[in-house]
Amino acid sequence: MASKRKYRGIDQLSTRDKVVVSFMVIVPTLIVLWLVWLPAIGSVLLSFTNWDGIGPLSGIKSVGLQNYRDIATIYPPFWPAIQHNLIWLAVMFLVATPLGMLFAVLVDRGVAGTRFYQTSIYLPVVLSLALIGFIWQLIYSRDQGLINAITGGTTDWYGDPNVNLWAALVAASWRHAGYIMLLYLAGLKGVDPSLREAAKIDGASESQTFFKVVFPVMRPINIIVLVVTFIESLRAFDLVWVINKGRNGLELISTLVTQNVVGEASRIGFGSALATIMLLISSVLVFVYLRIAMKED
Amino acid sequence: MTRPSSEAEYLARMVPPSVRGVDRRTLLRGALGVGTLLGAGGLAACSSDSTGSTGVPTGAVTGTVTVGSNQSDAVPKAAVQSYMDAFSKANPGTTVKINTVDHNSFQENINNYLQGSPDDVFTWFAGYRMQFFAEKGLVGDISDVWKNITGMPDALKKASTAADGKQYFVPITNYPWAVFYRKSVFQEKGYEVPKTLDDLNALGAQMKKDGLAPIAFGDKDGWPAMGTFDQINLRVNGYDFHVSLMAGKEAWTDPKVKKVFDTWAGILPLHQADSLGRTWQEAAQSLQQKKSGMYVLGSFLAQQFSKGAEQDDLDFFTFPEIDSTIGTDAIEAPIDGYMMSAKPKNEGAAKKLLKYISEPEAQLLALKADPSVIATNQTADTSGYTALQKKSLEYVKSAKSIAQFMDRDTRPDFASTVMIPAIQSFIKNPKDIDGLLTSIEAQKKSIFGS
Amino acid sequence: MSVTVDPVEERSQALLKPREGGPQSGRRWLLPVMLTLISLIWLFPLLLALVNSFRDYAFTAKNGYVSWGGFTFDNYTNAWQQADFGLHFMNSAIITIPAVILTLFLSCCVAFVVARFSYRFNLALLGFFLAANLLPPQALLIPVYRMFRAIEVPLWISDSGTLLNSFVGLILVNMAFQIGFCAFVLSNYMKALPKELYESAVIDGASVSRQFFQITLPLCRPALAALAVLQTTWIYNEFFWATVLLQQGDKFPVTSSLNNLRGQFFTDNNLVAAGSMIVAIPTLVIFFVLQRHFVAGLTLGATKG
Repeated sequence: MASKRKYRGIDQLSTRDKVVVSFMVIVPTLIVLWLVWLPAIGSVLLSFTNWDGIGPLSGIKSVGLQNYRDIATIYPPFWPAIQHNLIWLAVMFLVATPLGMLFAVLVDRGVAGTRFYQTSIYLPVVLSLALIGFIWQLIYSRDQGLINAITGGTTDWYGDPNVNLWAALVAASWRHAGYIMLLYLAGLKGVDPSLREAAKIDGASESQTFFKVVFPVMRPINIIVLVVTFIESLRAFDLVWVINKGRNGLELISTLVTQNVVGEASRIGFGSALATIMLLISSVLVFVYLRIAMKED
Repeated sequence: MTRPSSEAEYLARMVPPSVRGVDRRTLLRGALGVGTLLGAGGLAACSSDSTGSTGVPTGAVTGTVTVGSNQSDAVPKAAVQSYMDAFSKANPGTTVKINTVDHNSFQENINNYLQGSPDDVFTWFAGYRMQFFAEKGLVGDISDVWKNITGMPDALKKASTAADGKQYFVPITNYPWAVFYRKSVFQEKGYEVPKTLDDLNALGAQMKKDGLAPIAFGDKDGWPAMGTFDQINLRVNGYDFHVSLMAGKEAWTDPKVKKVFDTWAGILPLHQADSLGRTWQEAAQSLQQKKSGMYVLGSFLAQQFSKGAEQDDLDFFTFPEIDSTIGTDAIEAPIDGYMMSAKPKNEGAAKKLLKYISEPEAQLLALKADPSVIATNQTADTSGYTALQKKSLEYVKSAKSIAQFMDRDTRPDFASTVMIPAIQSFIKNPKDIDGLLTSIEAQKKSIFGS
Repeated sequence: MSVTVDPVEERSQALLKPREGGPQSGRRWLLPVMLTLISLIWLFPLLLALVNSFRDYAFTAKNGYVSWGGFTFDNYTNAWQQADFGLHFMNSAIITIPAVILTLFLSCCVAFVVARFSYRFNLALLGFFLAANLLPPQALLIPVYRMFRAIEVPLWISDSGTLLNSFVGLILVNMAFQIGFCAFVLSNYMKALPKELYESAVIDGASVSRQFFQITLPLCRPALAALAVLQTTWIYNEFFWATVLLQQGDKFPVTSSLNNLRGQFFTDNNLVAAGSMIVAIPTLVIFFVLQRHFVAGLTLGATKG
């Protein structure tokens, strides 16, 4: 204890502290730079080639913008994929995320059995893909699924491209709501109870308390939840992949990348071009977020 | 020719190549016996030499040979273990180390696997996929092993040969694609096996009247429908055109290809509706539950049926003739087998193992895991075969040309990123064939042209 | 004398007290009923799969899934034997546990610096980490594969001599991909901590590391617990990196064991479902263990108006 150190203001650092802070920043940054950004740059560079992943790097030939031209003109799944990602975003943003937030608020009340409610809603997030695939196959299968058995219909939930995206979105929302609930709940737990008490004393109802007092104070968490929703919609992959590898109405940009890069297809150059397009779209999001964050400071 | 490195090898080479199979083998075995008597120590020392192409060692081999296997589910895994163990027993001093990776991951990562540190020997398939690796130098030349292989039909040797005329693949099992049906259903309803396209249409109409879906169909995974395309193409245009088309040498906008799709569109109404949401297994279950009459699939279909009476009820016929000048002597029968990696750590033992795999003993052990496939070696004892296996064997033997299935006959990137979505969109909308073919051709040019 | 009051304790006490001004009496039952209904709807699909995992495949193939009967424990015993769970669970543990701990720790470091101090590079750093999270990992598989194959490491780190086919490489990759997300989320939670909290500590001469370990981290408990659950789930269920960067079947994590239950063509779906239930258990355990930490912590809005 004891102060050999003079108090020079809350942000002034001793040399030793400066070293610590540097390490705290540099180590994670280096790891991410090395294993994410460097390969990402590699990926962007590869998008200008038609490499198939085999052979020495020196043997890679450039094809300029050919991949991009092909994607925009002769590659049938591309534009539908963009469309589907936008629909996905809309549904997540308008339905799944608000649902998750609502669940968090309800669970936060702390009524008896709250652990059970939390667990039930969060459980879908925890399950592996194989299980999720099986679960929804049991429900949606045209010949043997629950829905068709109960309604007696013959809707091809997975095979009809007009329907299957919505079927997948129901399953995705089932998962997404739990995920958002978890994040939002962590934030709600941190809200100062004295704020709510003050509102109570002022005679506010529950919903008034939430919308006028709690919600504004949760601003950083609200932003997280929004950003996460955008990220998840852009990167949506798992569910659609396990249904039918992202074909026939379930095309999404991430599945297109995977189909081309992973597996024997090995169209590395072409797949990298798709990934670069995805990166460009995502960076728009990052800029927007940074603008908002800058306005705050 | 390298200088013989042992007495036994010298003696073995005395046998002229014109001597037929069996005799030569007994001679070689005799030479082996002499060799071990003469100098086992010396032999052991030089046979584990792994640099350069030493040919198939006729003496003892030692050391560890690694095997990459995609047979990851319980029963096949045990079968692989059994014939690898048998090999170790026959070659004391050798141990076989099996690296099992689950089927899907093994296939999907084959490029990374081969460029990383692959095992000496690994499971793979014949066809373009095999030739592609040979071309890229990722697999080892095993023509010298083939010199000693007996009992393999020429068609299979051809399928194991790459464009440079050398062999890179050893077959172990194969299975035919055909039109399957349940004997009991045909008997009950008095159906007859259709021989021509007209017969098929007539039979289909009859089945519809009886409340059955004539042809079961499940293309959720994308690949099953390729089988139907192949069958129709083989019947409409013949084997040579099919192979050429798969190799990217024909235009997909060619009227010949259009004819295939037109024919398919003609019989599409006979197929189960809503096939894009149905897996092949669910379609097979409709055959099992007697809700559909026929199914164009590989003989692995039998795996869905329970052993015993149900499996025995299964039978098949070749896809009906469409053009009488072409007939029905071309079939599809994918071949599974093993290859050697480019730089194996124990080349001698690897080659001996590959030779062993081509023999009936190993193949019959492999069949224990999966009685829906047949051994490739013609001298294998077929007395234990089920009726279906016997018929498959006859079927494969009597075929003049054997194709491997679209995703093994053509470039994998073309098959999975172009053909699967294209065929699915055809099934959804069989009317716009011209638009579809133009799209396929444009994409094909961008892939093959590179 | 505000230093003697532990902010963590204060918050815990406040939250353990039953909330005042709860649901208006007379409609007390509405909330629990609603929540129970929602929970049951959410659990229903899982229960469906659970029930069917106890059914024999031959039975469901014959009678369809919307039937009753054919119950057996065999799927579970077979799954356990065939999928070699013991080995693969161990592999998953070796990969997941260090990855989660290191990811959370390093993310906290970065988030702390960005939240606590106002450096000019803060926003750029956040953008750097956030954007890293947006990339589809699949796009980076091949570049990373090539890189790892070229990097040589001593044999005590990896038995293949390179980063390829090593657990270390896999852990590093998982970390790299998750740090972006965690740093972003944690920085927002940490930003909510008022500077006044640190004032007293700084006056007392606390170093940056002490402030970090004694003030920031404890107050971020709910966020850390939530992230720990999410990270464990993601890294544990992660599949692509493992199959690309590992070359030997016996090093694969438990997600691959499920694939061992599938055949080349034919798949016993009920067996795979049973296996999936077994695979889900560790993540559930982690969730239950960390659930109790979804309480005390941040002082969101404490000093704001």
